[in-house]
Amino acid sequence: MAATATEHGHGHDHSHGHEEHNQESMKVFGFWLFLITDVLMFATLFATYVVLRNNTNGGPTAEELFQLPIIIANTFILLTSSFTSGLAVLAMHQGKLKQLIGWLAVTMLLGASFLGLEIYEFAHLVHEGATMQTSAFLSAFYTLVGAHGLHVTIGLFWMIGIVLQLAKRGITPVTERKVNVVSLYWHFLDAVWIFVFTVVYLMGVM
Amino acid sequence: METIDTNVSNFFVTGDPMILGSQVAIAITVLAIGFVLTYFKKWGWLWKEWITTVDHKRIGIMYILCSLLMLFRGGVDALLMRTQLAFPGMEFLNAEHYNEIFTTHGVIMIFFMAMPLMFGLFNIIVPLQIGARDVAFPFLNSLSFWLFFWGAMLFNVSFVIGGSPNAGWLAYPPLSGLQFNPGVGQDFYIWGIQISGIGSLMTGINFIVTILKMRAPGMKLMKMPMFSWSVLSSCLTIIFAFPILTITLFLLFLDRQYGTHFFTLDGGGNPMMYINLIWMWGHPEVYIVVLPAFGIISDVVATFSKKKLFGYTSMVFALMSISIASFFTWAHHFFTMGSGADVNAFFAVTTMIIAIPTGVKIFNWLFTMFRGRIRFTLPMLWVCGFIFCFVAGGMTGVMLSVAPADFQFHNSYFLIAHFHQTLIGGVVFGYFAGFYYWWPKMFGFKLNERLGKWAFWLWNIGFYVCFMPQYVLGLDGMTRRIHTYDFDMGWWELNFVSTIGAFLMGLAFLFQVWQIAYSIKHQEKDTTGDIWDGRTLEWSIPSPAPAYNFAVIPTVSETDDWWETKQKRAEGKLAAQPEPVYEPIHMPKNSGIPFVKSFFWFLLGFGMVWDWTFMWVPGLIGVIGCMIARSFSYDTDYYIPVEEIRRTEAAMKGVTA
Repeated sequence: MAATATEHGHGHDHSHGHEEHNQESMKVFGFWLFLITDVLMFATLFATYVVLRNNTNGGPTAEELFQLPIIIANTFILLTSSFTSGLAVLAMHQGKLKQLIGWLAVTMLLGASFLGLEIYEFAHLVHEGATMQTSAFLSAFYTLVGAHGLHVTIGLFWMIGIVLQLAKRGITPVTERKVNVVSLYWHFLDAVWIFVFTVVYLMGVM
Repeated sequence: METIDTNVSNFFVTGDPMILGSQVAIAITVLAIGFVLTYFKKWGWLWKEWITTVDHKRIGIMYILCSLLMLFRGGVDALLMRTQLAFPGMEFLNAEHYNEIFTTHGVIMIFFMAMPLMFGLFNIIVPLQIGARDVAFPFLNSLSFWLFFWGAMLFNVSFVIGGSPNAGWLAYPPLSGLQFNPGVGQDFYIWGIQISGIGSLMTGINFIVTILKMRAPGMKLMKMPMFSWSVLSSCLTIIFAFPILTITLFLLFLDRQYGTHFFTLDGGGNPMMYINLIWMWGHPEVYIVVLPAFGIISDVVATFSKKKLFGYTSMVFALMSISIASFFTWAHHFFTMGSGADVNAFFAVTTMIIAIPTGVKIFNWLFTMFRGRIRFTLPMLWVCGFIFCFVAGGMTGVMLSVAPADFQFHNSYFLIAHFHQTLIGGVVFGYFAGFYYWWPKMFGFKLNERLGKWAFWLWNIGFYVCFMPQYVLGLDGMTRRIHTYDFDMGWWELNFVSTIGAFLMGLAFLFQVWQIAYSIKHQEKDTTGDIWDGRTLEWSIPSPAPAYNFAVIPTVSETDDWWETKQKRAEGKLAAQPEPVYEPIHMPKNSGIPFVKSFFWFLLGFGMVWDWTFMWVPGLIGVIGCMIARSFSYDTDYYIPVEEIRRTEAAMKGVTA
């Protein structure tokens, strides 16, 4: 059966180049479908937040809690990181490995600062006594914003893994696909954040 | 010593002789399997050929095997309930035990019986039908299966460890919340479903990519076999519906574990939010499981009527429109919960609209049979059973969709009878048709017809005897989920009849087990690969198919291409085939990661259920570790050399000749 078959030059054979390209493009398509499912997960969290956002249970309201300056700073940080991840992909298309890794590093740095500020914000809120258990509004708030933060965290570790693979293997069809996919993911998180910023923070204080 | 005693008695379910018996039986079975595997030195074989396999056909077989085991367990649950209800004032199961049993019956039948039976057929048939060598992502496919397997395990152990969930198959809060349900049963529910649900979501993605990107050259979408179309519509529904389930269960988990207030009665929580969300997944879910049955019926009815499927285009349209409309009907599950007349009217109309494409399909099947040369083989018998039963079930569904009338039917046995008629008469009968139709393709021999007919008639008679009285009981005011009733309610005669029907279906299942065992022993071998004179590509290759499916990928020019090819060949219009030119075949390597990773998911879930940090943290680390290991492994595929393909093909031709 399959398992006992003798092994042959995998992937390096030029006659199989077309098939390999197909495989990689299918994976990118599969990732787009995954993003659809992720959109729906966020949509469910947004719907929950919108339904519960006025149920403050006598606790603090959005208006009393949110500090817009931090959030605006964070928005710019994340938008910039999306831009730099785009620059990384451009560098990859030009075959410049060092530049590619450099821009990915900048992207990760910005992502980490975003996370740092978000953790600071959460810690500050908890310190003021606004915890996840205080009210339905805060449960929904922490879960929605936290889910986005968790996605960013995963993206960071994912990028570290890809940088290690790039350093070892250079730009190959496989690593190229991986960079493309992680950058798709990163842009997607940016788009979600725009909605978080609008629905949670702007609509919260206005 | 005493604390250890209490801990143990909290951990294991104690004090019920039936459960004690099951605990002993489970222990003996596990030991026996271990002994047999060790004695016959089969551990290595199990690992190499099955656990690590990425071959879609083997994964499919494992899905179906698990699903039949779960059908047994869910069926035993059903018989226990029917026994309890056979007479007024029965003291066979107490209220608590009864609650647990109707909960596990529902969960197991939907999540761990219908879904894997469906995925099993997807796996075995879709790549063969569209002329592909495997699914798009074979590794992911194996991971989906093992996530399902360990998720199902996690759910099922609750029966003997910790206690079963008892808040109904959809676990409505506040009943399923911490306040009213402090035990671990609901946590088993959350994690068991969550883990297997991730697998279902990935299967959805996998098959969409497979169908859209891997069809044989020339197979335009509108030339695709109908089963593959139904899989596409079902998978599209999966990827839009399952994320909602994932989040909903996650929020319930947060409520139970971390004291948040999404669905609680205090703190501003909103239990109705849960009920809306769960049905936004739950209603599409019932279409997810029934759509592939429509595809099976279409393929089987065309084959055994020796005609092209009537109204191919309208069938495609019907499938796709159902998968869209399924997202706009969810509130009909709670017309009585105060949404108001306008909302109810909207959802009543959308629900009735679903009957239109469904009716189109029924007529397409009937017109396919019309003036066809019908052969009443087992699959075709099941098609007929399906059509009768499903039409009636659909009609009562339309009755339920009338919002004002629903105030009378809501949560009564009328509803119970309705959804069993669509889920047994629709899903199970449909899948049985597929199961008997494709069994020879899976194993290279046929299932015994005589025993199969016994099973067919017992299933059908048992079904009507069991569920027709329940419609009447519902109209007489008997509500669901009551564990007993008084003599003066006037319900006992019909309940007794219903119980007889349930046991007839149990007997039918035993006939099927006997049929499989008998047929394995006395194999009626199929050497042609095309035992039914089929129409689609899966019948153009030997049964069972070789690991790579197609030695040469076929080029398709017609709908029902294999049938047309056979016709042309018979008329002598087909030029003599030149000796096929083989090329090395690109195949994925087996991998142990899916099994190991899913096992870590199990540890993560089990640790979460018991709030054991020492277990869930290693589980989580294991899951992440497996992801990293996979990401860093580049040596994941190989090529089957031409010489080996030639040898395999020659060997199979030898069998055929």
